[in-house]
Amino acid sequence: MIVMVTVSLISFMLLRVSGDPAISLAGEGASNEEIEFVRIQYGFDRPLIIQYFEWAGRALHGDLGNSPYLNQPVAQMIKERMGVTMTLGVCALSFAMILSIPLGMLAAIRPNTWIDRIALSISVMGQAMPSFWFGLILIIFFGVHLRWLPISGSDTWQHFVMPTIALGYYATPAIMRLVRSGMLEVLASDHIRTARAKGLRWPKILFKHTLRNAIIPVVAVAAVQLGFMLGGSIVIESIFALNGLGNLAWVSISRSDLPVVQAIVLFLSTTYIFLTFMADIFNAFLDPRIRSS
Amino acid sequence: MKKKSINLLSISLMVLMCCSCFLPSAFAGKKDDTLNIAFSKELETLDRYFNTAREGIVIARHAYDNLLYRDPVTYEYKGLIAKTFKWNSDTEMEISLRQGIKFHNGQELTADDVAYTLNFAANPDNKVKTQRYSSWIDRVEKTGTYSVKIMLKKPFPAAFEFLSGANPIYPKDYYLKVGTEGFGVKPIGSGPYKIVEVIPGQKIVMVKNENYFKDSPKGQPNIGKIVWRTLPEINTQMAELMTGSLDWIYLVPPDQAAKLAKVPSLTVTPAETMRIGYLQFDSANRSGKEHGMDNPFANLKVRQAVNHAINRDSIAKNLLGGQSRAVYSACFPSQFGCEQDVKQYKYDPAKAKKLLSEAGYPNGFETTLYGYRNRPFAEAMIGDLAAVGIKAKLMILKYAALREKSRSGKAQMQFLTWGSYSINDVSAIVSHFFEFEADDLSRDPIVKDLLIEADSSIDTAKRKKLYSDALKRIADQAYWCPMFTYVSNNCYSKDLHFTPYPDAVPRFFQAKWK
Repeated sequence: MIVMVTVSLISFMLLRVSGDPAISLAGEGASNEEIEFVRIQYGFDRPLIIQYFEWAGRALHGDLGNSPYLNQPVAQMIKERMGVTMTLGVCALSFAMILSIPLGMLAAIRPNTWIDRIALSISVMGQAMPSFWFGLILIIFFGVHLRWLPISGSDTWQHFVMPTIALGYYATPAIMRLVRSGMLEVLASDHIRTARAKGLRWPKILFKHTLRNAIIPVVAVAAVQLGFMLGGSIVIESIFALNGLGNLAWVSISRSDLPVVQAIVLFLSTTYIFLTFMADIFNAFLDPRIRSS
Repeated sequence: MKKKSINLLSISLMVLMCCSCFLPSAFAGKKDDTLNIAFSKELETLDRYFNTAREGIVIARHAYDNLLYRDPVTYEYKGLIAKTFKWNSDTEMEISLRQGIKFHNGQELTADDVAYTLNFAANPDNKVKTQRYSSWIDRVEKTGTYSVKIMLKKPFPAAFEFLSGANPIYPKDYYLKVGTEGFGVKPIGSGPYKIVEVIPGQKIVMVKNENYFKDSPKGQPNIGKIVWRTLPEINTQMAELMTGSLDWIYLVPPDQAAKLAKVPSLTVTPAETMRIGYLQFDSANRSGKEHGMDNPFANLKVRQAVNHAINRDSIAKNLLGGQSRAVYSACFPSQFGCEQDVKQYKYDPAKAKKLLSEAGYPNGFETTLYGYRNRPFAEAMIGDLAAVGIKAKLMILKYAALREKSRSGKAQMQFLTWGSYSINDVSAIVSHFFEFEADDLSRDPIVKDLLIEADSSIDTAKRKKLYSDALKRIADQAYWCPMFTYVSNNCYSKDLHFTPYPDAVPRFFQAKWK
């Protein structure tokens, strides 16, 4: 709760000091009278703190206000676009898991070898490349040259392939490193040694006895990564013209549509806090040591 | 070994089959008579009176018709919905309407619709966002089923321009029924295209109005369907254009347009627009008087020195390219009253240094150049200023933040641009900036008086002379440093016949497939 209030307060203040929203709303060349009219009409003339508490009071009752720019209820705008962002976030997380878990396993099976190095390089590249740049590379390669995938929009599942890769690749290193270190730790433990001594088949040791133990922290981290991806979709959605929350946030910032930006920040921070909380609970469920502590 | 090869082949085939599923189902263009276009900005509403964006103007020209039409080549005013139009006096206009014009819902357009729409726009209680286009109208009276009189508050010579460029006519009954909110998502007009689908933030679909009246000066629409998409990223727009999913985009940066020009299936037409770039100085010294700041720009010689220091031709040629050219008068050359015979400050760094020295700044000075767009252009200006000793720090702000700083008298030198709302009359630029309104940083009573007199006269020769005198004084006093015209790079399919115009309003109703 404290985190949510702090985030909303900081974002509220930062948005207000970044420029007078009445000037943006009134448009280029508007006279002082027109700007003043807009300022009064939308209540931007009142002290910031009053504006904040009024907004927060309404938000607590589920009323996120209206967009002065589009003249639509903000809650409805978020609801309409949430599906695209959630789909993208879940797909990107799935992609990150599908890529990073095998890479992490390979790296752990052959630690400090060329396989380990290649696996690590593939994964680290994801974090080293800015996602907007990687997105454009994907567009040029798969969209323009090969023409395999549609470039923009969110009409079909094909539209989500490139954004998923661009967003998910960024989260790969964190998960991959966690899988690798977890696997190394478990592979060195007594019960694995016993399993090998018993003559169990290597795949069974790897998947049943090692991965199941090593993956516990990964599942928890994945929830946090999903939170990051929802926030990080701003750039990806604008590049691929996906009509989701990220795109809405981007255009709302550029046109100083403050109630919308404010509501998206609140929504994303709440989602992030919720996911982190769920991750803690899930961790405790999977690991009895956390429960007892 | 054989089994392994077969497995590999199977996997390859599967991958290829998957890839073929990915192929977009339909490509745009000539084949299906659908013109796919993209704009960066999402329109807040399709009600022209409640949006101020350029995209709103473009939609309005296609879906709605105005009383008058300005020929984009000759700049001559022609009747569109109006059959005839004439001045009865300085403040009264008489208009007879064409008969048989139908709105897209089949209803006939009559004087009731004209009077209702214009009275609605002129009434401040309705809070239309485009007040400046209609505030000159006092009232509109219906004088017959197909005739109206427009009464003006005072003489307003740009009335024809505003009746042709703004103020589209809406169907009264439908607008009363659905209100501005309903109209904003499901509009009905009488223009060459009718809007059939609106998905906010994504696309607007327009189809040809088969019943468009035959003798319209706009001509007859050729292309059957226009799909208008909102794509915020110019790189994405370019990629879609290259794949053929889009047929037309514009406002492409010069370096990117040069790359697109090399694509065989595309045409790139850099067309000059009415937007000009200029430096504005705090000549009235508000920063000094109100905020105690040291303001070198209060000194005429400093302003003249800056005018000589900026290499306009080089910026126009190398950074903007295309048809961009240097300007010396505070207006776009084709605008009515845009006097070109003004004092021209040619690029001359030595003279700039001499003027600075005479102004008491032999070693130059430090200052801040504020701007809100086109950072590379501003950086070039900073280089030119540094060469004569003016060390300017660049501060790029959001438009709203810059406007706030400027109007509070804290910005001494600003790099700004102005598109005159595509109005081909100098009143759309000089009257905004030199009549003691909020954006007037020179506050020269001589200029103000000249402009106010020009703005309220319908005697063409007199207006021209008054604007000329005002512009000459603006140049003499170097209140601005007008620099260059902007260029819009129109990039489109080779299959498309398209003509851009200086008002930067694309006319797809004139476009056709080759």
